[in-house]
Amino acid sequence: MFPPIPNPTTQATPAKFGEKDLIRRSASTVVPPAQRQTEVAKLIDVSKCIGCKACQTACLEWNDLREDVGVNVGLYDNPHDLTPNTWTLMRYTEWENPASGNLEWLIRKDGCMHCEDPGCLKACPSPGAIVQYSNGIVDFVKANCIGCGYCVKGCPFNIPRISQVDHKAYKCTLCSDRVAVGQGPACQKACPTQAIVFGTKDEMKKWADGRIQDLKARGFDKAGLYNPPGVSGTHVMYVLHHNDQPHIYAGLPDNPRISPIVEVWKGVSKYAGMAVIGLTAVAGVLHHILQGPNRVSEEDEENADKLAGGKT
Amino acid sequence: MSNQDKGEAHLRVPRYSGSARINHWIVAVSFVLLLLSGLSLFHPSLYWLSGLFGGGATVRWLHPWIGVVLVVGFLGLFIRFFWQNLPEFTDFVWLARIRHVLTANDHYLPEVGKYNAGQKFVFWSQAVLVATLFITGVGLWEPGLAYFESLFGFKATIDQLRLAALLHAGAAVLAITIWIIHVYAAIWVRGTISAMTRGFVTGGWGWRHHRKWLRKEVEKGEIERPKVTAAE
Repeated sequence: MFPPIPNPTTQATPAKFGEKDLIRRSASTVVPPAQRQTEVAKLIDVSKCIGCKACQTACLEWNDLREDVGVNVGLYDNPHDLTPNTWTLMRYTEWENPASGNLEWLIRKDGCMHCEDPGCLKACPSPGAIVQYSNGIVDFVKANCIGCGYCVKGCPFNIPRISQVDHKAYKCTLCSDRVAVGQGPACQKACPTQAIVFGTKDEMKKWADGRIQDLKARGFDKAGLYNPPGVSGTHVMYVLHHNDQPHIYAGLPDNPRISPIVEVWKGVSKYAGMAVIGLTAVAGVLHHILQGPNRVSEEDEENADKLAGGKT
Repeated sequence: MSNQDKGEAHLRVPRYSGSARINHWIVAVSFVLLLLSGLSLFHPSLYWLSGLFGGGATVRWLHPWIGVVLVVGFLGLFIRFFWQNLPEFTDFVWLARIRHVLTANDHYLPEVGKYNAGQKFVFWSQAVLVATLFITGVGLWEPGLAYFESLFGFKATIDQLRLAALLHAGAAVLAITIWIIHVYAAIWVRGTISAMTRGFVTGGWGWRHHRKWLRKEVEKGEIERPKVTAAE
């Protein structure tokens, strides 16, 4: 058993991280803090998950969210997708293992992965609407969000959702408010099987190693840690029994990375675009300085008069 | 202009009707508003422009609606000026002598009709870009996208929407560049702006820049000759 995080004191405690610990801020340049905080991570061990949805409930409760009553279409997934109010969602897949012929019930807790290289933040046009703390948490700052949906296009995991009520983007915060006072996320706290554990990223990797060895000993020789390098690693990681094919877990991307289209859109196109517009304006000014205005001469007017005079 | 300063009476040639001018200025004002609001989300260094509209959240919903106004207005201009912007042989001669255009050696240029090849280029490129900006813009406009998706029964993929964002930015850059050329040409070629503000140009302007068009207008016989004292 992973040692549980002790309960907090009842005394007010100062936040362990804040504005001064930002390493990235959307549409802004920040001076990164001299010292980076220890990176935190949530480890979701899919092989231990029993699909009870305690994490989903804890998330709603801690974050004071309500979900509309939905419709049953014969799936356990409830609601059917992430929503502005459902920041984490159990996704159930019935998968027939071609090697063994067994039916495997794959249950993955979906939600923000807190990428080290966050596509949402890089796509965001609004200064300070998305921030990344030096401990790895990527958080949306509601007050600065304009609801444009660029984060949705930037995200390689299809996580952010735009509320139709207040037109702001929402996703898992990794319970940044709880982590700030030394607690683990609400979902982790509620998990009855320790399928969700929380700690420093190094601790989580080490803990995952033990789990992976155990799974390999049980015949899952492709078991492994999902910490995708395409986004420079994540601060929510999975232990997968079939780490060679993440996509079988309800479409978890095999090789997630920020889309090259988004990279071009948010990278070279900005500079090229500003340059093209600027150079055109400069060319106009230079042309006018060198060439002077193109005036109609008295002779032109007389010629026109003659032309009209001949006709009228 | 110098002629006008002297109070001499020259030909006034009507170039744009009142409705054409109103139509043009609706498009022009919405273009400038789109440019300012669009640029505010294009690059962080220009985000302050969103303050002109009351903040980023207002830009987010207002920009698409101004876009709708522009599209409808541009459609009006397109229908009005379509026939006069069809390419003809003279355009290629004009383009081949672009050096003389830029050095204002108008006497080396062929006689052109209502629009020269440069103006036609502006017309057609903006027509293509406005269409591109509208289609890609819908992809970035959540309620608009939902409307068109239900109207046409499709669901845009995330990669299509990403591409829409990139193309929207690229088309906007081109449209702004061509707009700069359009505005600069109107300023550089003196006597042009009155065509869109007052509706007429002087005969000399027509003779110098659009002689074929002037000849036709003269043949129609609708040219007014102001009194000697008119100071316009």
